[in-house]
Amino acid sequence: MSTLITCEHVDFGYENQDAVIDLSMKVEEGDYLCVVGANGSGKSTLVKGLLGLLKPTGGKLTVAEELRRTGIGYLPQQTAAQRDFPATVWEVVLSGALSRMGNRPFYTPAERKLAADSMEKLGISDLRKRCYRELSGGQQQRVLIARALCATSRMLILDEPVTGLDPSAIQELYRLVRKLNQEGVTILMVSHDVSGILGQASRILHLQQKALFYGTPEEYVKSPVSRTFLGGEEQ
Amino acid sequence: MILEMLSYPFLVRAFAGGILVSLCAALLGVSLVLKRYSMIGDGLSHVSFGALSVALAAGWSPLPVSIPVVVLAAFFLLRITESGKMKSDAAIAMISASALAIGITVTSLTTGMTTDVSSYMFGSILAMSRADVRLAVALSLVVLGMFVFCYHKIFAVTFDENFAKATGVKVSLYNVVIAVLTAVTIVLGMRMMGAMLISSLIIFPALTSMRVFKSFRGVVWSSAVLSVVCFCVGMTVSYRFSTPAGASVVLVNLAAFLLSCAVQAAVRAVRAR
Repeated sequence: MSTLITCEHVDFGYENQDAVIDLSMKVEEGDYLCVVGANGSGKSTLVKGLLGLLKPTGGKLTVAEELRRTGIGYLPQQTAAQRDFPATVWEVVLSGALSRMGNRPFYTPAERKLAADSMEKLGISDLRKRCYRELSGGQQQRVLIARALCATSRMLILDEPVTGLDPSAIQELYRLVRKLNQEGVTILMVSHDVSGILGQASRILHLQQKALFYGTPEEYVKSPVSRTFLGGEEQ
Repeated sequence: MILEMLSYPFLVRAFAGGILVSLCAALLGVSLVLKRYSMIGDGLSHVSFGALSVALAAGWSPLPVSIPVVVLAAFFLLRITESGKMKSDAAIAMISASALAIGITVTSLTTGMTTDVSSYMFGSILAMSRADVRLAVALSLVVLGMFVFCYHKIFAVTFDENFAKATGVKVSLYNVVIAVLTAVTIVLGMRMMGAMLISSLIIFPALTSMRVFKSFRGVVWSSAVLSVVCFCVGMTVSYRFSTPAGASVVLVNLAAFLLSCAVQAAVRAVRAR
């Protein structure tokens, strides 16, 4: 077991305002960490920081050498423009290998194989020639996860992956993510759906600018912090 | 008739320059339309009109003045659209109208509404000079080079900026390059197509192709081919029936778009049966 990401009293933020303050946490290899919190609590800022799109304004962020080399697999929130985008599933998945490409203008056979394997892993090989905009929400998420796995199979960051999915697609996505985790992919998932992830995650981080809670799901359910989110479980 | 057309040097220049400009506009247009930046093209053409009118009134040569101004405007419009602080569509509409107003005011105070201004508004087939054609060749070499060597990066930036950023692509650099190239395309094409009509060269081919093709590669190829074909057909119609060149090209593009809608509807109807 090695540590992939370490945050020591880290602050993240924009020009004059820090959205994440004094955060200390660790992501170990094989972890399944869920980040929860209200809207505007700094979850997306934290993700940007971990991906290296934002520099910490304070504290110390250490990212393991291997992740810095290949990057972190990332599943961003979907944008409105993507819903009617003309692209085949293959084109989308292959674009995940972009970080390996450097300044080369074309993909190598090895990168194509990687994309094909990653589609196989997610059971979407038969969708290869289909148009991305014609897929269901759940299928689209699979495509985007396959794309993220082309960048690296070490760690995956998912930003609000269940937004806009119907309940059965949500359950399927959770099953899929758990399966990937069991196969050794470290997961960091940002979510609104607190009750849905309790049975999933190995660790919970509840963010409200500062870390209100950081620990196992069992402790989280007992903690006073979770009550505002879970509700209805007062003694 | 084609031989007859090619016996006029100004028509040869118009064809050569126009084909290259349509090609660039269509390729850049795919990225702009898919990223919901179509309004930038429209805004830039109005700014370009304003800049040309001022240059004309002051007696400067038009291209060296308007290209830097429009490139600056492209930077600015992109910033507005990216930051999302102001409602970007409203901001662009405001800038368009203001640039147009400045152009019209300056012109009527100095030279008056001459044919020059009218041809900038609605285009003139005589507008392509030798220097314009040379610039069009340079521009299309840059645009084609970019699409050949950075095709996959352009796809990633167009499909998903956040993912592209996270994998280390310099997204804002690509956005700026695309905006600058669009600015040059618009200034070049504007005098032939007209300030009011040039943005259709950017938008139509991409929109039509999106209805027919399901892959990004298909849309890029189809836009490029369609744009050049529509331009040539439009120019020929314009020559044959003495219709205004810019407007004819736009109408041919519209016809292609309607045709693609009809084909799509027919395909759906057949499948539903």
